[in-house]
Amino acid sequence: MQVDTTSKSPSQGILRSALDAILIPFLAILTAVILGGIIIAVVRGNPFLAYYGLIQGSFGSAKALSETAVWATPYIFAGLAVALAFKGGLFNIGAEGQLALGAVFSALIGYALPEWLGRDIPLIIHLPLTIIIGMAAGAFWAAIVGFLKAYTGGHEVINTIMMNYIALNTISYLLNGPMKDRDPNNVIARTPLIADSARMPAIFEGFRIHWGFVLALLIALLVWWILNKTTLGFEIRTVGSNPDAAKYAGINVKRTIIITMTLSGMLAGMAGALEVTGLNFRHELGFSIGYGFDAIAIALLGKSHPLGVVLASILFAAMRNGATRMQFLTQLPVDLISVLQALILLFVAADAIIRYIYRIKSKGERVVLTRGWGG
Amino acid sequence: MANKEIVLEAKGITKKFPGVLANDEVDFDLYRGEIHALLGENGAGKSTLMNVLYGLYKPDSGEVKVEGNLMQLDSPRDAIHHGVGMVHQHFMLIPVFTVTENIMLGAETDHRAKPNEMPLVKLDRKEVAQKVAALSHQYGLDVDPEATVGNLPVGLQQRVEIVKALYRNAKILILDEPTAVLTPQEAEDLFRIMHELTDKGVSIIFITHKLKEVLKVADRITVMRAGRVVGTATPKESTEQSLAEMMVGREVILTVQKKPAQPTDVVLEVNDLRVKDVRGLESVRGVSFEVRAGEVLGIAGVQGNGQTELAEALTGLRHIESGHFTLSGRDLTGRPPRPITETGLAHIPEDRQRHGLVLSYSVADNMVLCDYYQPRFSRGIVIQQNQVDANAQKLIKEYDVRTPSAFVSAGKLSGGNQQKVIVARELSRPVKLVIASQPTRGLDVGSIEYIHKQIIAMRDRGVAVLLISAELDEIMSLSDRIAVMYRGEIVATVDRKDATREQLGLWMAGAHETASSPA
Repeated sequence: MQVDTTSKSPSQGILRSALDAILIPFLAILTAVILGGIIIAVVRGNPFLAYYGLIQGSFGSAKALSETAVWATPYIFAGLAVALAFKGGLFNIGAEGQLALGAVFSALIGYALPEWLGRDIPLIIHLPLTIIIGMAAGAFWAAIVGFLKAYTGGHEVINTIMMNYIALNTISYLLNGPMKDRDPNNVIARTPLIADSARMPAIFEGFRIHWGFVLALLIALLVWWILNKTTLGFEIRTVGSNPDAAKYAGINVKRTIIITMTLSGMLAGMAGALEVTGLNFRHELGFSIGYGFDAIAIALLGKSHPLGVVLASILFAAMRNGATRMQFLTQLPVDLISVLQALILLFVAADAIIRYIYRIKSKGERVVLTRGWGG
Repeated sequence: MANKEIVLEAKGITKKFPGVLANDEVDFDLYRGEIHALLGENGAGKSTLMNVLYGLYKPDSGEVKVEGNLMQLDSPRDAIHHGVGMVHQHFMLIPVFTVTENIMLGAETDHRAKPNEMPLVKLDRKEVAQKVAALSHQYGLDVDPEATVGNLPVGLQQRVEIVKALYRNAKILILDEPTAVLTPQEAEDLFRIMHELTDKGVSIIFITHKLKEVLKVADRITVMRAGRVVGTATPKESTEQSLAEMMVGREVILTVQKKPAQPTDVVLEVNDLRVKDVRGLESVRGVSFEVRAGEVLGIAGVQGNGQTELAEALTGLRHIESGHFTLSGRDLTGRPPRPITETGLAHIPEDRQRHGLVLSYSVADNMVLCDYYQPRFSRGIVIQQNQVDANAQKLIKEYDVRTPSAFVSAGKLSGGNQQKVIVARELSRPVKLVIASQPTRGLDVGSIEYIHKQIIAMRDRGVAVLLISAELDEIMSLSDRIAVMYRGEIVATVDRKDATREQLGLWMAGAHETASSPA
């Protein structure tokens, strides 16, 4: 039998697989929007006006676009963190804690380093250092979980949740105690403002969008490149898809698990560091609540593909950002957005519903989110 | 075969699965008291047909009659009600229960309860035990009702399954690959029991892919291929060759053509190796042997006698408790897989889907699974995808892998082609030792033929081959020397020319005392 091995070029394959990958999320969003419209109508709102408000509030003006990008920045980083871990067969629920730690340590370096040294530091040194320390904090926190997984079989889901508690409560102590803003009028649990030399310059004067957003897009590209074009990415994906085959192939599975968690934590830490250096210029208790958890939803919606994560992040950012405008136009509560997000996720996670509604055949390949105990 | 009274008749059975026509207008009948063998390769539709007869699948069309009555098959319960019993390849027994308890399971009836009443069943072990003993005696099964199933050898566990079916008044028995887990002697016992059953009016459907057995015990043979019945024959008018051709649809060479071996230097030397299995029990107990360049050492043995653990230990996948091994003179004891691979090991793993492949990866990526980091595929940390693809194109042609392209995921290939991907990857490297574990398990005749040829070709190129197989035929036809493993030890080593099936069978069953090792 003659076999035609050149019948399909790889580029066609990529196009097809990309189409397959976005089909379900797209239909999930569409279905959620329709169902959300029905819910709005049931509570005697005008769904068309509501969605108009949502779009206008998120994309309708330069300011709206800027704010959407501001929301999207931490979403992209944290979403990439979770997605990268997914690719390595690990479920990082700890992005929230890693992100917060990244923010706190960035803030600390940002405001305290000049004091410790007793002199000003040039921006070219201070700013990168501030971000790197934030990344390192997140990386370290996640690496502990990776280490526990690799050497004791301790499950990363439980351990990241526990590490979240430790991180968030420790941070609460720090922000109320040693790191609290010493301004006598301050009653809020927050750090002092960071030095100017640790602040990212604005892209456009008068808009809050900062270089972190551009960095986020570049990092997404970098993550894609690492995962798909390098030996490290091959190792991460192999361990994630079939750890037994990875071991057989001579891949150091333990080391790869630790590296995957470290990189994941590093990305989450970067999300926190950029919130501090690009936007808030300090860390405040409760400021980041939810980014790390929304990131799980974003990674799922984006099918753990870096480009998918960017698109899902922008969608989530737009919904969060446009909600106020929607409320203003229709008097509908902002919480409706959470319902909409939940619906989208429900349909992405339980994609059998979408496949049933739109009669799409299953490809038979499942996303492995995490493995059993000690797996 | 006393008379030609039909007890079971399946007509026009058609069963579709997404993308596959598993059964296409299949007709099948069974006479009272006969052994009717159903022969076919993996994926030929044997299991689908049996699952239809046993009520596990509902056919898209067609009907099944038992003793002339149309059978409404919705669940195994209906099949059992009609007197159809099945002994699965993987036993459905609870090891910590006694034989009696296992047999009662799911049939815990209380005769004193009124019909349609929800009785609080009193387990009447004594009564069941008596019935089990009676059945066992009647059919010469020799099963002790009080024994704990976990302590019984596999052959006896199989008989418990048979008693279980008989206890439920089965008049038609489906035996699914019953000899796969048995030693040749145990298989002989099974055949004796099968004849005893048929003498007493039980009818048997015997599913297998082993040609020798079919010719030996069957009254009639039906061959299936690609979802259809190719034909029905009697053993008298058939030969292994003719049956194989019916199964495959073309001429096949069953015997492996090979020249005498010319062994040279020792490549693999194993010394007093001890390895524990997943449960922490010592499953390789002080094994020593050597394999020379240019020879095939076959390790025979019934599954589960430590062969899996031995292979895993030698390939770096399993911790070695004590002892050591060298490959090309290098002590690699306790080293991880990569340095062993780099020293010159090719490993065809026992479980191809678990260890050998990443099913979601493309054929091309799977073909560099062990080599992706080597200079020929990577520059620094960057994988050269064009090199990876070129390698795949070359190997697909060279090893005749039937795939639509190099870019489809390995999971979409048939078992035989998946194995060819592994064989291509492993044997295309410059290697000194090939460890092949169950290299043809579950494959079609054509793929088996091909893989056997490749293994012999490696040997002739001066590579040392360690072949581990539970198929005695495979061991006999490929090996130059044969070692038999029993309960974690090598109980005998013989030259191929001095080996007989009978003697090997005895060793496989643990006959230590006769093990006078000539090698």
